[in-house]
Amino acid sequence: MAEIRNQAEISEQQLSEALKKAYAEWKAAADATTNKNKKYVTVSSEQVDPLYTPADTKGIDFLHDVGFPGEYPYTRGVHPSMYRGKPWTMRQFSGMGTPEQTNQRYHFLLSQGQHGLSVAFDLPTLMGYDSDHERSLGEVGKCGVAVDTLLDMEKIFKGIDLAKISTSMTINAPASVLLAMYIVVAEKQGVPPEKLRGTLQNDILKEYIAQKEWIYPPEPSVKLIVDTIEFGTKQMPLWNTISISGYHIREAGATAVQELAFTLADGFTYIEKSIERGLDVDEFAPRLSFFFNAHMDFFEEIAKYRAARRIYAKRMRYKYGAKSERSWMLRFHTQTAGCSLNAQQPELNLIRTAYEAMSAVLGGTQSLHTNSMDETLALPSAKAALLALRTQQILAEETGVINTIDPLAGSYYVEAMTNRMEAECEAYFAEIDRRGGVMSCIEEGFLQREIAKAAYTYQREIDNKERIIVGVNGYVLENERIDIPILKIDESVAESQLQSIKKAKSIRDRDKVTRTLNDLRQACRDNKNTMPFIIDCVRQYTTMGEICDAMKDVYGEYIEPPNF
Amino acid sequence: MSDKIRILLAKAGLDGHDRGIKVIAAAFRDAGFEVIYTGLRQTPEMIVDAALQEDVDAVGVSILSGAHMTLFPAIRKLMEDRNCADMILFGGGIMSEDEITELGRKGVSKLYGPGTSTIEIVEYIKGAVAKKRAGEKLV
Repeated sequence: MAEIRNQAEISEQQLSEALKKAYAEWKAAADATTNKNKKYVTVSSEQVDPLYTPADTKGIDFLHDVGFPGEYPYTRGVHPSMYRGKPWTMRQFSGMGTPEQTNQRYHFLLSQGQHGLSVAFDLPTLMGYDSDHERSLGEVGKCGVAVDTLLDMEKIFKGIDLAKISTSMTINAPASVLLAMYIVVAEKQGVPPEKLRGTLQNDILKEYIAQKEWIYPPEPSVKLIVDTIEFGTKQMPLWNTISISGYHIREAGATAVQELAFTLADGFTYIEKSIERGLDVDEFAPRLSFFFNAHMDFFEEIAKYRAARRIYAKRMRYKYGAKSERSWMLRFHTQTAGCSLNAQQPELNLIRTAYEAMSAVLGGTQSLHTNSMDETLALPSAKAALLALRTQQILAEETGVINTIDPLAGSYYVEAMTNRMEAECEAYFAEIDRRGGVMSCIEEGFLQREIAKAAYTYQREIDNKERIIVGVNGYVLENERIDIPILKIDESVAESQLQSIKKAKSIRDRDKVTRTLNDLRQACRDNKNTMPFIIDCVRQYTTMGEICDAMKDVYGEYIEPPNF
Repeated sequence: MSDKIRILLAKAGLDGHDRGIKVIAAAFRDAGFEVIYTGLRQTPEMIVDAALQEDVDAVGVSILSGAHMTLFPAIRKLMEDRNCADMILFGGGIMSEDEITELGRKGVSKLYGPGTSTIEIVEYIKGAVAKKRAGEKLV
């Protein structure tokens, strides 16, 4: 080993030479015993070096690039005290079958110490179809709760005080309709919009890129989002108007860098469109929030969250000229990676989820959903949902991760990876700009193709056993029979929804329904903010399908050109 | 007509999760198949129309939303009604073993769950199409 003396006694030049020499000696020794048949890559197929040293973090200026929590550029977190001030919000995403069943699950989760609600809707609701639409056949209540009219939302939140709870709603194409329903349910409880806390996912760009639940073409869809941002900024100061989501981009097969770059690029697009609308960036930006995935590569994920905050703060401050510190902060929710879970030996998913959750917390997330072990098979059973929540409670109470803030700062590896992520992200931004921005990239299929390529690379690694997934292509149990309880949603849910629609239609005033729908169409044509008009429709127990169809009359429908 | 195996891949129902079907499409393409991918939100009618029009050997359908027990039998029935029941119908999704057995009885040749290797799927279709073509020659 080379002799490295006390750093204070020697010049930087000498130190660097001594380090190089020591590194070379170590490398020779390590190479001699390294298994060269194995690839050393991250989950995103990125090469990783066997060892990181001060040489990898040489350019870092601590105060400028890393700094302190709660201070620009927020690499270490957005709050000065992080989890010592307030633990992350444990927010389990759930919803299934009928509104009544979902309401029961919410009361159960809240009684078990969950902090906030997060509503999962079924596919017809996500697409703006009523349960009695022909395209809803077989889908009602399957992937989440079915909502057709205000009546259903009243049932979902029955006995839950909306002034006290924060609610997140995973809804995009028809997001403004669900927000309107939530506002009216609260109004009936006597809670005004300015007191409502929660988040609307409301991110349509990632739908075109990854999750593919859209209704209208991109331009009017983004217009509707800016409507909700404008409405929320003025009337709902505690509400997160949008949750700009990388989660689904990652689930579709993206690498960590693609998740980061495409999500931030989407976010900047909404910001630019809102500024174009005439909104002041410092008025709306503090209510923007983000949503990231926590995949299996522990350090890569932590670097991703740290890079996300730094990139965002820089752009908000210097590119968009935001002056308020609250506009510079990237706040985010995290969900552990559904795509990392497997149907084989499903109990192993508990272990995967626990590692992923820890990376999210070490990365400074504001809220967290941990997946249930049975989610590759069905919606979670009550037992599996409880275990998932308990995973977070163990993390917070027993592991000690909340004691110190951003403990991996200064790690040669994590800092080098944070820098690499930022650089690769900037390269994607440049490419997206060169192609005319996110909307053009979507129309042209660039982002979709990049993700599909990454997904195929990953699958080939698994098929060739270059990547081992325990229980799937290694450590397989022969003749495994899955024997964990599975939650089944049967067709009686559809029947119950049809009754609910009938009931809503029987109590409403048809003339008022027609009039409010006509007013909404006219507002779309006149390019007015649609939110107040949608609220008026909702109040009349107009169905989700009727409202979305009225807007379709003006905006048309989107059809994606298929390619792979 | 060339010997290339022609295959139609489709996403049925409302679910937009197309990671799996695109990976499968790329795997079939790289294995030398002629792949026609319909894109999202195909109804059973659209799928069978496309299969007939493209004169394919096999139809692969991905359903991840839970609607498989409704949609697969609907596709199969249309194939029978329109005299193309000899086409191989296979698919992928989240299904229980009991459901797979039941769909098998209703004429779905093969169903794959999560974690299946693309190599296994490609090999199965190669074998099934070879068998089908050999049968046709005998007739």
